[in-house]
Amino acid sequence: MKTIKYLSLLFIAVFTLASCSKDDYDDTIVETDPMEAYNLLKEFVYTDHTVELYSEKTLITTGYNSFFVRIKDISTNTFVENVNLSWMPMMHMETMMHSAPKSVLTATETPSIYNGFIVFQMPGNTTEYWDITFNYTFKGAQISKTEQIEVQSPADVLSKVSSFMGSDDTRYILAYVAPTTPEVAINDFTAVLYKMEDMMTFTNVENYKVTVDPRMPGMGNHSSPNNEDLTYNAKNGMYEGKLSLTMTGYWKVNLKLLNAANEVLKGEDVTEDNLESSLYFELEF
Amino acid sequence: MKLTIKAFPLKGMRMEYFWCAIFYGIFIPKLYSQEVQADSLKLVQLNEVVLISAGKQLDYQKQQKPLSTLDEFLESSRSINMVKRGAYAWEPTMNNMASERLAITIDGMQIFGACTDKMDPITSYVDVSNLAEAQIGSGQQGAVFGNTIGGGINLKLDKSNFSAKGWNGSLESAFEGNNVMYVLGGDLNYATEKFYVNTDGIYRKAENYYAGGNEEVAFSQYEKYNFSINSGFKLAEDQSISATLIYDEARDVGYPALPMDVSLAQALISSVSFNQDSLFSSFSNWESKVYYNTIKHVMDDTNRPDVPIHMDMPGWSETAGFYSQANLMKEKHHFFLKLDGFYNKSYAEMTMYPTNSDEPLMFMLTWPDVRTKDVGFYAEDYISFKKSSLKLSTRLAYHSSSVADEFGLNSLKIFYPEMDESNTRFLKSLSVLYHKMLNDFHINGSISYGERAPSVSEGYGFYLFNSFDNHDYIGYPDLNTESSVETSFSVTYKKPIFEITASANYFHVSNYIIGEVDNTLSTMTIGTEGVKIYTNLDYARLFNTTLSGKYAISNAFKWTGQISYHRGVDHRNENLPLISPLSYRSALNFYKNQYSASLSLSGAGAQTNYNPAYGETKTAAYATISSSFGKRFFLKENDLFVKAGIENIFDTNYSTYTDWNNIPRMGRNIYLTVSYSIN
Repeated sequence: MKTIKYLSLLFIAVFTLASCSKDDYDDTIVETDPMEAYNLLKEFVYTDHTVELYSEKTLITTGYNSFFVRIKDISTNTFVENVNLSWMPMMHMETMMHSAPKSVLTATETPSIYNGFIVFQMPGNTTEYWDITFNYTFKGAQISKTEQIEVQSPADVLSKVSSFMGSDDTRYILAYVAPTTPEVAINDFTAVLYKMEDMMTFTNVENYKVTVDPRMPGMGNHSSPNNEDLTYNAKNGMYEGKLSLTMTGYWKVNLKLLNAANEVLKGEDVTEDNLESSLYFELEF
Repeated sequence: MKLTIKAFPLKGMRMEYFWCAIFYGIFIPKLYSQEVQADSLKLVQLNEVVLISAGKQLDYQKQQKPLSTLDEFLESSRSINMVKRGAYAWEPTMNNMASERLAITIDGMQIFGACTDKMDPITSYVDVSNLAEAQIGSGQQGAVFGNTIGGGINLKLDKSNFSAKGWNGSLESAFEGNNVMYVLGGDLNYATEKFYVNTDGIYRKAENYYAGGNEEVAFSQYEKYNFSINSGFKLAEDQSISATLIYDEARDVGYPALPMDVSLAQALISSVSFNQDSLFSSFSNWESKVYYNTIKHVMDDTNRPDVPIHMDMPGWSETAGFYSQANLMKEKHHFFLKLDGFYNKSYAEMTMYPTNSDEPLMFMLTWPDVRTKDVGFYAEDYISFKKSSLKLSTRLAYHSSSVADEFGLNSLKIFYPEMDESNTRFLKSLSVLYHKMLNDFHINGSISYGERAPSVSEGYGFYLFNSFDNHDYIGYPDLNTESSVETSFSVTYKKPIFEITASANYFHVSNYIIGEVDNTLSTMTIGTEGVKIYTNLDYARLFNTTLSGKYAISNAFKWTGQISYHRGVDHRNENLPLISPLSYRSALNFYKNQYSASLSLSGAGAQTNYNPAYGETKTAAYATISSSFGKRFFLKENDLFVKAGIENIFDTNYSTYTDWNNIPRMGRNIYLTVSYSIN
């Protein structure tokens, strides 16, 4: 009998503890900041609210940058949903201004958090700078705020974005998106392609093709098999393909841009005489 | 020890019967009449036994060149040829098939080299100081040692018996003039009726050798030492345990035929075995062993001038295994049963240092931590009739291999996106061998079937550079099992003072594994011509035939001779690589009153059947002559034995079909060996 009694006590104890910990777990979910894994790049503080700008990276660099944006109501210390957020990046050069390719900002699973990307074509410097104008509604008012940001060249100075004139006399911007951490494997390869309509307008180019030829200049231009051309995915507006990397090291990913009629707009085949294409990305890992 | 005597019946008789380091399968004539049964057994059971050390018996006078390397001993065998990439670590081939088609074991233990470029055949991790003999079985007659196509070699360790011998030891030293090689070796043994311990050590150091015409072969130096200890203890009258430990280390080994050398090749080989005279009353000679060995191999190019890119290429191979075997006698039947298994881990990596030091290191796994599991069951039944005998044997094995390293698996998936990380096969071997005695004729015939799994490199190698055909090789994980149907036939005509043997074998190898060029792939190693992928050819055919003879001119003078012809073609009738041209050897030996002498000739015809697609060029005909002289002195109770010789007397500059990239072989070489044995 004694054994049974102790066993029942033990059973109850375990059950109770388990129930408690379940509750605790639920609480922590609520308290966990979904932005915890990201880096807060900027926090713009206004009288009754703040705008937070997050990224996976610790810096804003030339090329593709994915951002998370959210707006906090200071009075309630909560993040606001349905703010109708949009943005506009702008480069202020000495004699002119231009914008950059960007996505729209869309609400994520957590409705107060908005996600989107901007492709910066060039870094800022002492006399030329980037800013972003955020437009949103807060407490019924339409608000527009412009804040300066610092865009740097990546520390590894590898080319991850290319702005070029195609053979069709159109200016294109091609930016590397992924893999962010390349592996010795067949990597999922993603890039975005934009056409520059004018200084302020960049449109997503659909249904073109980018051929992929990764090379190791340090290894006699060694290449790899089973790469797949970048093709347009209408679901996310990006170009997706495969990138095979047979070893770690420095890789030059030679590219060639073809329009829907398979006419080459930019880039050349890599041959024994022509060791690289004029359109390429660089990778190191 | 009954088993050994059964399977290799000459083991206990070698002192009297062997008159040369090579035993050609036949006894010397005067003893012939006494040993008909053993002789016929021998012919059926094994192709050949090469005596190696016998150091403890100071049997050196019967060897042409004591203290030569194990490689040289193996090369002296009738059925083995050695592929050379330099002066060290030659790779044995049998029936013109190399490592991956052979089962090579050390005292029954499976050991696998750790070098992706075959610079460390496992025969390089033991030395003559450790070994008693090499047991050689051609084709499926070697299946007792493991799954094989071409044959099996077991290097049998030299061990004392339980006998009240007490202490004994010996010291040996040798010097070779051509490459200024010093050898220093010794052993010390203690044995009682209940306990024994053997220790031995050997050290070798050689400089570059010179080919004929005083041509220095750069990067052919080496240095190695080997130490071993083995000990046995009698638990009861019919039970004993024994343990063995071998440590082998080679440093600064040059490979003149390759673009890289080796800075370290290291092996630790260990085993514990249990022996019992009988089991369940009907089985006899029950022997069980568990073993473990680990190998580290580091390639090095830092001494080479003008390397396009510096690279580090270390490799590791670890194997654990066991076997348990016993004999069973039932009237005319003599069964031998063996259960064995092993688990191997093979891992090798390559790090390349870019010329532009700002760029990151280039790293890849050349062997992606491949785990091989194998469990096999071998059984043979030897049935003796009045004037004939029949041997039936089979090996059934479960074999699996898998890639344990995710980095490596992802690397291979670049080539084979759909590949599975593991592969399982069931390997079968079956053999029937018949021996018939008709007056003075001995007739042997066999028909066999065997299978083998792809090697680690063939299945999973990643950009392995082969300097022979100047291609990078990529493994193919879904290779089919290679299988072989083999027939052999031999006739010996034997008279008391002479004998002559004609033998031939033929292998039809289905799914023959070899590298084929894939023009779509880009080379990795700078300067290579292309990339080859291991693939299964529909089939390949290999044919080997030998005519050999011996003649006892008098009690003191004996003559031996051998001539052999080989052919190997694939399913398109194209030549296979590394197939021997017509070759011959002949020797006249003298042995009387503790004096010994020999004069030998060896040579080959031009290699007319070569294949440039595998990097081969036509190797020219050659012939070399060597000679040796020895004398044994008795100093009170001890023995002093001196042997001197001269190899390649006419300093011929030559290379053979097995010489990697046709590097020339050693020119004239004078050697001297002194052995002192304390009894």
